Amino acid sequence: MNMPRSALVSILLIASSVCAFAATEADYKAAYAAAEAANKEAAALRNQWTTTAATLAAAKKAADAGDFDAATASAREAEALAKASSFQATSEKERWKDMEIR
Amino acid sequence: MKLRSAIQLASAALTLAALTFAAPATAADKIDPVADARAFKKFFTDKFPKVKLEDFVNGPYSMDEGLHRQWEEKEQFPPYEFSLDMGKEMFTKPFKNGKTYEDCFPNKGIGIRQNYPYFDEKEGKVITLELALNRCREANGEPPFSYVRDEMAALTAYMAFTSRGKPFDIKIPNDPRALEAYQRGKEYFYTRRGQLNFSCATCHVQSPGERIRAEVLAPALGIMNAMPIYRSEWSGMGTTSRRFTTCNSQIRGVPLNPQDDEYRDLEYYLSYVSNGLPISGPGARP
Repeated sequence: MNMPRSALVSILLIASSVCAFAATEADYKAAYAAAEAANKEAAALRNQWTTTAATLAAAKKAADAGDFDAATASAREAEALAKASSFQATSEKERWKDMEIR
Repeated sequence: MKLRSAIQLASAALTLAALTFAAPATAADKIDPVADARAFKKFFTDKFPKVKLEDFVNGPYSMDEGLHRQWEEKEQFPPYEFSLDMGKEMFTKPFKNGKTYEDCFPNKGIGIRQNYPYFDEKEGKVITLELALNRCREANGEPPFSYVRDEMAALTAYMAFTSRGKPFDIKIPNDPRALEAYQRGKEYFYTRRGQLNFSCATCHVQSPGERIRAEVLAPALGIMNAMPIYRSEWSGMGTTSRRFTTCNSQIRGVPLNPQDDEYRDLEYYLSYVSNGLPISGPGARP
């Protein structure tokens, strides 16, 4: 029982230390590219959110200042916002009818 | 065998039931602007039984007696008057080629606001008054005006003023594309968008008369009849394009370009369902 428990603790420690690594410029660039791609999808659906653009701008500003932790976090948030706006556009294709005055 | 027969019978019954329930759904999806407009008016007159049908064009000022008194006092020295004067001067001043706006419109542009937007069967699209004005300018060698600035507001204010009291008379010609444009406008009106997840209907159907921050929300019925409007919040005039784009950004949605097809279709739908209500523009709003 002791061995597996210690192995588990080691794995958790390693995992947490990996998470604690500072984000690199490459991480930021990958996250930003993913966010931009998601926002383009929202644009194709004619349903971008202003907050996505603002969060992308915040990511770029943080990257320009060399803070890639903040930049990567903002870029990931922007991607989530863009995906949410696309989900909204898709789900509203039918849901708008629920609101209609009949 | 008995089991198989039972399964087949059950399947047939399910199919029949599905078809039976599917039929009303198809009927409900039928595009019927006349029924829509009737239901739209009934919804608002039921919701606000004290408000006369023609008073809905006064937006928030129709919602209670106190606001109505404010509006009456405001109308004695209307804040849109400067825009009206500017619009009249612009409308009659010749372009560089000697022609004027009068040459672009039926009845020389006087008393025609109630017929806009219309569906152009040649182009297969909705033509709004703002779009028609800029096309007139371009056809006469003049640069187009911004759709959200004072010049466009002044021109449309003057044209609306010459049409005051005339009932909205928006036509949907016997052209499937016109019906589709109307339907797309309706879909846009009810579709939630922006991070706040609001549709136009969230404010102007579900909540007219309620406050959103310091503002009293206008009912959707008659909302186009008062355009363009002077808004105290803006300290100036606003066109229909300005109203649509601002609504979108207020709910944290990226606005489309003024006069994009979606906005033209939306104006077509909203104007159609207010058919019969008088033009009251230019309006003034808190």
